[in-house]
Amino acid sequence: MDERKIRVLIAKPGLDGHDRGAKVVARALRDAGMEVIYSGLRQTPEMIAEAALQEDVDVVGLSILSGAHMTLVPRVLELLRANHQEYVKVFVGGIIPDEDIPRLLELGVVGVYGPGTLTEQIIHDIQAQTTRPEHQPNS
Amino acid sequence: MSLAKSIREGNRLALARLLTQVENGTAEGRECLNELFPYTGNAHLIGVTGSPGSGKSTLVNCLAFLFRHPPEGEPPRQVAVVAVDPTSPFSGGAILGDRLRMRDLAGDAGVFIRSMASRGSLGGLATTTADIVQVFDAAGYEVIFIETVGAGQAEVDIARLAHTTIVVESPGTGDEVQAIKAGILEIADILVINKADLPMVENTERALRSIFNWDMEDPTHHHPDEPSNVKVSRVTKGWQVPILKTVATDNEGIQPVYQAISQHLQYLYQSQEWLRREHIRLQSMLDLLIQNTLLERWQKSISTETYQKVLNNLVSRQISPYHALQILLDGDLS
Repeated sequence: MDERKIRVLIAKPGLDGHDRGAKVVARALRDAGMEVIYSGLRQTPEMIAEAALQEDVDVVGLSILSGAHMTLVPRVLELLRANHQEYVKVFVGGIIPDEDIPRLLELGVVGVYGPGTLTEQIIHDIQAQTTRPEHQPNS
Repeated sequence: MSLAKSIREGNRLALARLLTQVENGTAEGRECLNELFPYTGNAHLIGVTGSPGSGKSTLVNCLAFLFRHPPEGEPPRQVAVVAVDPTSPFSGGAILGDRLRMRDLAGDAGVFIRSMASRGSLGGLATTTADIVQVFDAAGYEVIFIETVGAGQAEVDIARLAHTTIVVESPGTGDEVQAIKAGILEIADILVINKADLPMVENTERALRSIFNWDMEDPTHHHPDEPSNVKVSRVTKGWQVPILKTVATDNEGIQPVYQAISQHLQYLYQSQEWLRREHIRLQSMLDLLIQNTLLERWQKSISTETYQKVLNNLVSRQISPYHALQILLDGDLS
């Protein structure tokens, strides 16, 4: 009966309207046995943090092609922390200039995946990163 | 503070974490359910079912929004949504996409949406969906929408779980013979024809109306004195199933559905039907628990090698399926 699945939220913050990459990743994670909540285009950081909380996910994947990643990603991280979900692993995909990658990693993002990344790599990284705290909040 | 207590006090993260525990069937989750059970039984459970792509999630989005922003004179309700999507039988993974259609509910602290994967269970719900609903009920959510997988005709488990079942149809999905097949239409308390801006909607409506009028005239169809062990029996006496047209993507025709839900709730209270359905709901929960627990116990009692050996004998046709059953259940390997 006791069955644990890795739960992942795949979201597109900001205004770009291209979600092929996000859908490819969502599907690959499904095929790797994960439960993937796909929340669609044009999400605000607030909507993403709220979904991450309600769905109690282990991982949030953000797909950004608009160039607004240095604004959107820190905001999502900040909101997750405000909700006491600092244990949630955040990865970023899309078009991220090389010089921004170290800055995102410094902020606490666990991986940045650009075009050409093998989905196996993402799956492997998520599986390696997800060890959940067993204790409950406020107990 | 105990987990149950912080949930009763409205801690949303604690609620989210408990839902995961319950979904995973952990001992801690069960203990907490025991503690919460006395606080359940207040919520109005509304099931939403219908074929994939008929617009269930979009309709739930509109209805939940209306419960949050009701017509003047009615109080807004705390709304929870439990949306079930299918688990892949091959990988065990799932894409949970119902949330995508429920954007209007974002940013409202009076709404909690939780997506669930069916995890191998048939019948449109996951095994733990009923437990998840109990948690929301105890946490003080007054209206709980339960959206099924949407696999189709056999999806009747929802009728045992919900007080009010909405069946969503869309134009062009079948003729009159589809409509009189046993199954999903029989469980409807409210029938919604969504996508009513599509052509052929009149044909769909006519076919459905003729079926429901026929049922009303047929005194043998539903008998009010049916024994309660009939698992999905819907007493339609005193309740005429409304057939309503909506275009959920344009938020059209939602108000009449909202009103039908309120009227159905009143009907449930006045006719004692509420108690009868609670009885059915808790009985089927108990029966399911017994089934699963007995299965688990039996699985623990028998070794994998024994099972494989019997299975091999079955595949090579040395024994019949019923022989195999006898051997495995009686532990007789002679």
